This record gives sequence, structure tokens and C-alpha cells, in this order.
Amino acid sequence: MSPGFDTRAQARRRTGKIFKAACAAAAFLSLGFLAVLLIDVTTDGVKWLSLDFLTRYPSRFPERAGVRSAILGTLWIMGLTAAFVLPLGVGSAIYLEEYAPRSWLTRLIQTNIANLAGVPSVVYGILGLAVFVRFLGFGRSVIAGALTLALLVLPIVIISSQEAIRAVPRSLREASYGLGATRWQTIRHQVVPVALPGILTGTILALSRAIGETAPLIMIGALTFIAFPPTSPLSPFTVLPIQVFNWAAQPKADFHELAAAAIIVLLASLFLMNGTAIFLRQRLRKRL
Amino acid sequence: MISSASRKRIWSERLIGAGLLFCGLVTVLTTVGIVVVLVTESAGFFAAVPLAEFLTGTRWAPLFSDQAFGILPLLNGTLLIAAGSALVALPLGLGSAIYLSEYASEGMRKGLKPALEILAGIPTVVYGYFALMFITPILRAVLPDTGIFNAASAAIVVGIMTIPMVSSLSDDALGAVPRALREAAYGLGATPFEVTTRVVIPSAFSGIAAAFILAISRAIGETMAVTLAAGATPQMTISFLESIQTMTAYIVQVSLGETPHGSLEYKTIFAVGLVLFVITLGMNLVSQRITARFREEYE
Repeated sequence: MSPGFDTRAQARRRTGKIFKAACAAAAFLSLGFLAVLLIDVTTDGVKWLSLDFLTRYPSRFPERAGVRSAILGTLWIMGLTAAFVLPLGVGSAIYLEEYAPRSWLTRLIQTNIANLAGVPSVVYGILGLAVFVRFLGFGRSVIAGALTLALLVLPIVIISSQEAIRAVPRSLREASYGLGATRWQTIRHQVVPVALPGILTGTILALSRAIGETAPLIMIGALTFIAFPPTSPLSPFTVLPIQVFNWAAQPKADFHELAAAAIIVLLASLFLMNGTAIFLRQRLRKRL
Repeated sequence: MISSASRKRIWSERLIGAGLLFCGLVTVLTTVGIVVVLVTESAGFFAAVPLAEFLTGTRWAPLFSDQAFGILPLLNGTLLIAAGSALVALPLGLGSAIYLSEYASEGMRKGLKPALEILAGIPTVVYGYFALMFITPILRAVLPDTGIFNAASAAIVVGIMTIPMVSSLSDDALGAVPRALREAAYGLGATPFEVTTRVVIPSAFSGIAAAFILAISRAIGETMAVTLAAGATPQMTISFLESIQTMTAYIVQVSLGETPHGSLEYKTIFAVGLVLFVITLGMNLVSQRITARFREEYE
């Protein structure tokens, strides 16, 4: 053994320890950003949070301003987006998993879904503006916003529904066919019920992406200042993230704190949705 | 002999199949719609502004009386954000991935991975607020030359929001490296550090590269954080401390304003959107190509 071996081995171990520490630091620093962000927003906004803040319309006077129209707009948008995206997404997933032949068309659909996930959301906004607002004449309405967001999150619903459908045991289908059920009867009564928790989890995750989307809705012309609730799918609207954007872009510091308070409301609904999704997923895991 | 009841059933089965096929085609129609809208609306723009002027001009001022339509300042701003965010996201994301995959205990991994994912779930407008109200004041305290709107704070938060993308995909790539490769290196007397840096990372390189490209592509398409924090000053600069404008922020600026529908100024958003779409699509295709090749390696 050469005389330098021990010291060199020690040096090599030391480099290793430094590297490990650096990697751990990277992970915990990233987590630290999350903590700092949450603490910063909470300390900025918490003193504006009150029942009045939730039930008042926006105002030019910070002490009278609230997020009522934004919350109602968000609920309208979320409800309609879910109504559009759930049947479309589940239908696509059923088609791809249960019906689609191995053809160029199927491959095209599948590759295209992967590509759509990488398209910037502002581009969906341009599509929504040209097709839903102008071409179909929906104007700057709730329905135009919901359709735009539905297209935006459709790939998420399709991919998670496909996974849920794929996880349904083959034997269930065979048994159903064996009893003389048709393909659709088998899917409706056997496959979809078993895959449902997985499908719902994916849909909630998709909606939790949609609830924070701002740029596409600005593109289709959601208004930043709106002091009345939407009353129909054709009403103009605003949503929570647009209210945040509007207040954060104001010069006055009081409005910045209102933006932080609105962010707390937004993040709370997001965490609630994700919590529900995790709960559903765990229940599903237990059953299988 | 087929009874009328089962004939009816056959027809309804066919109808359902057709309906499901239509659902499947909606995503294809979305892509077609995006391309058709961007191309046809830009065509009107390029009829008035020569393509060469658009692609090589160094002044972007469609909303001024002294109009100019060179997209390079917007590209410059976008690339500044992409480069700055990469400086944050790539080392932190890859470091996190190596820690998760090679060093962390199973329990630590179970807690840390979903916690990091939360960073990707926070709405980007929240990051914009954080950049404007938290990062920028710190930057201005340290570097007094920093503008209220600056590329640095936007690039930092865009970097933070793309960390989970880098860490998750890199973690997958590192996890796919066969155990036998690691064992062989240990058998030759390598330390854990040497195994990680000389065997595992090079073997997972293509997967890591794909993760990097996706993260940068995501940064290029990011809109709200840069709209709030980076400003609205399209300019050719490499300074992170100045106000700039990205392609995405420009598109938002026009749609927030009073620009009349159908005017040349209005059509700029489709031309800029087309450039944005082509760049991000190109990067995603490259990343997929790399991932596909990487999958074959160990199967």
C-alpha cells in the first residue's frame, strides 16, 4: 500500500461529505423558499382577513374592499370547467383505453396529449379569445373562460383517467362479457365505477391547476374590477387570481396587503382541494 | 337471425363509440385550433410588417406613435428570464434530486418529495406577488441600482417554481439507473460521491437533460410572475437589474389595454404568440425525443 493512500482516501471521503451536504442544502433551501413565501403572504395579509372581506365587493377604498365577486366568479368558472372537462376527459380516456385500435390516429392523439401539456397557458388564452370570445360570440363571459380552462386542463384529466382505467383488473371485464354484457355495458357498470376514485382525484388536481390560472382569463377579457356577481354563463366575471393581480399591480401599499389576503383565500381553497384528492387516492389504495 | 332489440343495441354501441372518438379528438382539435388561429391571425400582421423586419429588428414599440416591430427585445427579455431561472432551478433541482435519490432515507423521501411538489402547485400570480413584495425589496437593499421592476426578481421566482419539475424528472432518471451499475462501482472501491458523480449522473444524463429543457421551456412560457415583477420595457440588455419585457408579458399587456380589435397593434399578439408557441413546442419535442431514447437504454 502506498504511503499516501490513507490521506487520499480521507480526502475522497471528505469531498463526498461536502457533496452530500450541498445536495441536502439544495433540497432544504428549495423547501425554505416555500416556507418563506407562505410566511410572507400570511403576515402581509392576515390582518385584512375577515368575514367582511369575503362578503364585500371590491372598492376603491381598501378598508371597504372584499373578494365576493372574485369568489363567486371562481365558483362559477370551476363549476362550468368541471362540467365540460369531466365528460370530455373521461370519454377520451375510455376511448383510448377501451376502444382505440392500434392505429396512426391513436398514436397521434396520444402524442398530441403529451405535447399539449407543454403549451404555455397564455397561448390557450389566445385560442379562447379567437374561438370562444370572437368566433362563437360568447363575449367576455364565464362560459368562454370555463371552456378555455377546460381545454387547458383536459390533458391532465385524460392522463389520470387513463391510468385509473388501466388499473381496473382485466378479470372484471372478462366476467362481465362472460355474462353477455356489451362493451359499453361493461364499461359503464364495471370499469368506470371501479376507476371512479382515480378519475375524481385527477379531476380535482386538474381543477386545482385551473383555479390559479390567471393569464388565459386575462386574455379572454375577464375584468379586473367588477362589483356584481355573475348571474348566467354569459355574464362578465372576475376570479380570485385576477383580483390578486389587480391589487398587486396597484401602487398603494394597502392594496398589496389586500392582494396577500386574497392569496390566503386562494391558497386555502387550493390546499383543501389537494387534501381531498390525497384523501380519495388513499381510500382507493386501501380498496385495491 | 338478429332480433330488433339486439340490432338496436348494436347501433347504440356504435353511436357511443363514435361519441367517445369525438371526445378523443377534442385534444387534436385544440392543437389544430391553436395553429390555425396563430397562423391566420399572424398572416394579416405579416402582410403589413415584413418577416425580416420582425425577426431582426431591435426595437419593439407597436403601441407608440413611432411604431417599430422588431421582436428581438422581447426575445431578449424572455431569454434573460429563462437563463436567470435556469441558474436557480437547475442546480437546486438537480441537487434536490440527487439528495432524494441517493442520500435521503425512505421516510425523508416520502415527506420531502410531495413537499417540493407544492412549489409547482402554487399559482404563478402568487409568485409574482412574492417577487414584487419580497424579493425586489431585498435586491434593492443589497444592490441599490436595481429597478422596482427588474428581470432578477422575476427570474428568481420563475426558477423557484420550476425546481420541482427539475427535481422530479431528474429523480426519475436517477432512479432508473440499474442497481448493478452502482454495485459494480462500489466493488471497484469508489466512494458514494464517486459512484454518484461518475456513474449514476452520467448514466442518467439524457433524462436530466430532458428535465432541464422542459424546465426552461416552462420558464419561457411563464406569464404572470414576469408581468408583475419584470416590468414592461422591451429592450436589448443583459442586465438583470433593469426593467424588461418578455413575449408573454407583452401579450398580457395588450389584452389588458384598450387596443382596438383587428388593428395592426392588436394582431401583434398573434405574431408574438406564434413565436412563443414554436419555441416551446420545439423544446418539448426535443425533450421527448431525448426521453424516448433514454428509455430504450436499460430495457
